[in-house]
Amino acid sequence: MRARTKFIIGGALVVGTVGYLMASGIKETGVYYLTPTELATKISTDHSFYNVGIKMGARVVKGSITRDVATQTITFRATDGTHTYPVIYHGLAPDTFTDEVDVVVEGRLQPDGTFRATTLLAKCGSRYEAVPRPNGQGTMPAT
Amino acid sequence: MTDIGNVALWITFFVALWASVVGFLAGRTHRPELARSAERSIFVMWGLLVIAAVALMRALLTHDFNVEYVAAYTSRNLPVFYTWSAFYAGQKGSLLLWALVVSTFGSVALLVNRGKYRELTPYVAGTIAIVVVFFVATMVFASNPFERLGFTPPDGRGLNPQLQNPGMVFHPPMLYLGYTSISVPFAFAVAALLSGRLDTGWLHAIRRWTLVSWLFLSCGIVLGMWWAYVELGWGGYWAWDPVENASFLPWLTMTAFLHSVMIQEKRGMLKKWNIGLVVLSFLLSIFGTFLTRSGVISSVHSFSQSNVGWFFLVFLVLAAVLGFGLLAWRWPMLQAEVKLESLVSREGSFLFNNLILIVIAFSVFWGTLFPVISEALRGTKVTVGPPFFNLVNVPLGLMLLLLTGIGPLIAWRRASPENLRRQFLWPVTALLVTAASLAAIRMSDWWSVVAYALGAFVVGTVVQEFVRGTLARHRLHGEMYPLAFVRLVGRNRRRYGGYVVHLGMVMLFAAFAGLAFKRETEVTLKPGQSVDVKSPYGWTYHITHQGVSQYEQLNRYVTAATVDVLRNGKYIGTMRSEKRQHLDSLGRPTFEPSTAVAIHSDAREDLYVVFAGAVQGTEEAVYRITINPLVWWVWYGGLVLALGGLITLWPGGQGPTAASRRRAEPAGYVAQVA
Repeated sequence: MRARTKFIIGGALVVGTVGYLMASGIKETGVYYLTPTELATKISTDHSFYNVGIKMGARVVKGSITRDVATQTITFRATDGTHTYPVIYHGLAPDTFTDEVDVVVEGRLQPDGTFRATTLLAKCGSRYEAVPRPNGQGTMPAT
Repeated sequence: MTDIGNVALWITFFVALWASVVGFLAGRTHRPELARSAERSIFVMWGLLVIAAVALMRALLTHDFNVEYVAAYTSRNLPVFYTWSAFYAGQKGSLLLWALVVSTFGSVALLVNRGKYRELTPYVAGTIAIVVVFFVATMVFASNPFERLGFTPPDGRGLNPQLQNPGMVFHPPMLYLGYTSISVPFAFAVAALLSGRLDTGWLHAIRRWTLVSWLFLSCGIVLGMWWAYVELGWGGYWAWDPVENASFLPWLTMTAFLHSVMIQEKRGMLKKWNIGLVVLSFLLSIFGTFLTRSGVISSVHSFSQSNVGWFFLVFLVLAAVLGFGLLAWRWPMLQAEVKLESLVSREGSFLFNNLILIVIAFSVFWGTLFPVISEALRGTKVTVGPPFFNLVNVPLGLMLLLLTGIGPLIAWRRASPENLRRQFLWPVTALLVTAASLAAIRMSDWWSVVAYALGAFVVGTVVQEFVRGTLARHRLHGEMYPLAFVRLVGRNRRRYGGYVVHLGMVMLFAAFAGLAFKRETEVTLKPGQSVDVKSPYGWTYHITHQGVSQYEQLNRYVTAATVDVLRNGKYIGTMRSEKRQHLDSLGRPTFEPSTAVAIHSDAREDLYVVFAGAVQGTEEAVYRITINPLVWWVWYGGLVLALGGLITLWPGGQGPTAASRRRAEPAGYVAQVA
C-alpha cells in the first residue's frame, strides 16, 4: 500500500473518531439557549423540557434580588419583558450580578415554574461601552 | 491635539489607499518608481499613525474628558499605569493600536527585506496597506477614538476594575501583536501567489515572522490565563469562553504551519497546504477580533454589539476570497516535488501533527459557533460548554503530545527498523516507568496517567536529543561538555529552540492534567471558626477565619477577610482576600464590586481563597476555597515556551540554509550536528 493511501486511511480514522466525539458531545452536553418567552413556548408544547438542561438569557428584575448569605441562596426574577421566571441559585454570584444586568442562568425549569440554576453568569456590556450621559455627571448610572 | 490625531487618521486613510493601489500596480508593471512610492507610503502611514497614537495618549494622560473615549475609560483618580492601558481598554483605542502595529510590522518587514525579494515587496506593501485601509476606515467611518462630546464631563467613568490588573496591561497588546503580525506572512503569501514566485524563497521571508507572531500569541494567551486566574476569581484559568477560543484558533493553525513548513523546506511537499495555513491563520486572527467586537457570540469578555462587526465581517469575506481565490488560481504551480515515501518518517509524523492541530481548530471553531450554527439549521440556539471541548480535545491533545515525542525521533523520508530501535529505546522506557510508577501510587484519573506517561516520553525524547548532540560534538570537535552543549544549541537554534518549546508544552500538559484533581468547597465561617480541606496530595489544610476589616485604599473601598492557614499542623501563612468597591474622584461608588483573590502558591498546588461576602453587618464570612494542583506549571511552562521561541528566533547561527540542507539530507542527527 502506498504511504499516501495509508495516510488517508489514518486521517479518515482520526477525523471519523473526532466527528463521532463531536456529535456525541453536542448531543450529551449541548444546552438549549432560550429567552424566557421561548422557554414558555417550548414548555407549553413539550413537557419533556422540564427534564432538559437549559440556558436562559434574561435580565434581572429591579429590586427582585434576595440574598441569604448563610445558606448561600440567591433568588431573583428574570425577565425578557414578556415572560418572567423566578430563579433560585445556590452558590456565589459573580461580582457583576446586580439589578437590571443581563444574566445567563443554566439549570432546569421546575414543574412549579421556578428556574433552578446551577450556574449564574452576569454580563455587563455597558461596563465596556457606555457613553457618559450629558447630565453633567458623566458617570455610570447609580447602582 | 486630538484634531491633529483626527487629521492624521484621515491622511493615513488616503495614503493607505494610494499605497494599496500603487503597490499592486508596481507588482504587475515592475516599475521601480511605483514600488518605491508604495514602500515610502507604508513608512509615511506608520509616522501618521504614531502621531495619532501620541495624540490619543496625550488626551488620556491630560484627562481631556471632552473626548468621548477618554471620558469612557479613564478618571482623575485612575493610576497613571492604568491610564496607559486605557489606550486599548475600549474598541476605538484597540483599533488604533491595531492599525499602528500592522503598519509597524509592515515597515519593519520592508526594511529588513530591502533589496531582497524585489518581485514580492511591492505586493507585500500593497497588502499591508489594504489591511491598514480597513482598520483606519473602521475608525474614521464608524468608531473614531477622537470623537468629541457635546459637553465636558468633570470626570470620566473610570476603567473597569477588572482591567486594573498588571496582567491586563500586558495581555491585550501581546495578543494584538500576535494577531497583527500574521498580516506580514499573509502579505508575503499573497505576494508570492500574485507574482508566481512560488519557490521556497518566500517561505524564508515569512518563517521567522510566523514564529514572531506565534510567540506573541502564546505569551498573550498565557498572560490572559494568568489574568483570568488571579483577577476573575472563579478559580480557573481557561473556560473555553468564545474570546479565549478565538485566540486559540490562530495559535493552532500557526503551530501547524511552523511544523509543516519544515516539510516544504526539506522535501518540497505541502506547498498548497502551507499557503492555505498562512491564509487561514490571518483569517482566524481577524475572526478573533470580529468575535470580540461584534457580539455575535455572547461572552463574558465581549464588548457590546456595534456596527463595527459588519466592517469586520465584510473584510473577513474579502480577505478569504482574495487568499483562497489566489490559491485556487495558482493551484497547478504548487505541485509537490516528491511523493511521501513512508508513513513511518518525519514527514508522516508531521502530517498527523498537522491533521490533529487542524481537527482541534475545527472542533473549537464548531463548538464556539454552535449557537449560531444550530440556530441557522434548527431554529433553536444550542450552546456547548467546557464538557464538550474537553471531551473532544483531551484525546486529541494527548495524541498530539504523543506525536511531539515521536516526531523528532524518526528520520526523514523513511525510518529503518534500526533507526527506530535506537531512537525509541530510552524515551519509551521513560514512558513505561512513569506509567508504572503512577499506577503503583494509584493515581485515580486515567487520562492524567496517560498524559504524564506521554509527557515523560516527550521529555525523554528531548533529553536524548540534547545528550546525544552534546556527546557527538564532544567526540567530533573535542569540546568540553558544557561548551559542546552551548554550541550545539547556538549552532542549531531552530532545532533545539523547538525542543525547548516542546518541554514548555509538556509542562503545560502536566498542569492541565493536574486539573483532574481540583478540589473546591464553599464555607461560611464566624471569626475563630475553621475548616479542614484535604489536598489531593493527602495533606490537610486547616483554615481559620480571623475576621473582616474595612478601609479605604487608592481609588477603592476595601472589605478584607483574613484567614490563617496550617498545612498538616504547620503554619504556612496568613491569606487576605478582598472585596473592592471602586470609587470615583468624588468618593462615590462606581462599577460593581470586584474581588481580589488570595493565592498561596507552590510548584505542587495553589490554595485559592475567595472572600465572597460577609453576612450582613457581622464578621461572619463566606469563602470559596479551591485547591488547584500544578497551576505554577502553567506560568513556568509559558516562560519555557517563550524562551524556546526566543532561542529559535535569535538572529544568526542558523547554520546551512534550508536549500543546501535539502540537497544532501542523510538521516540521523549526527550528520546534522556536524
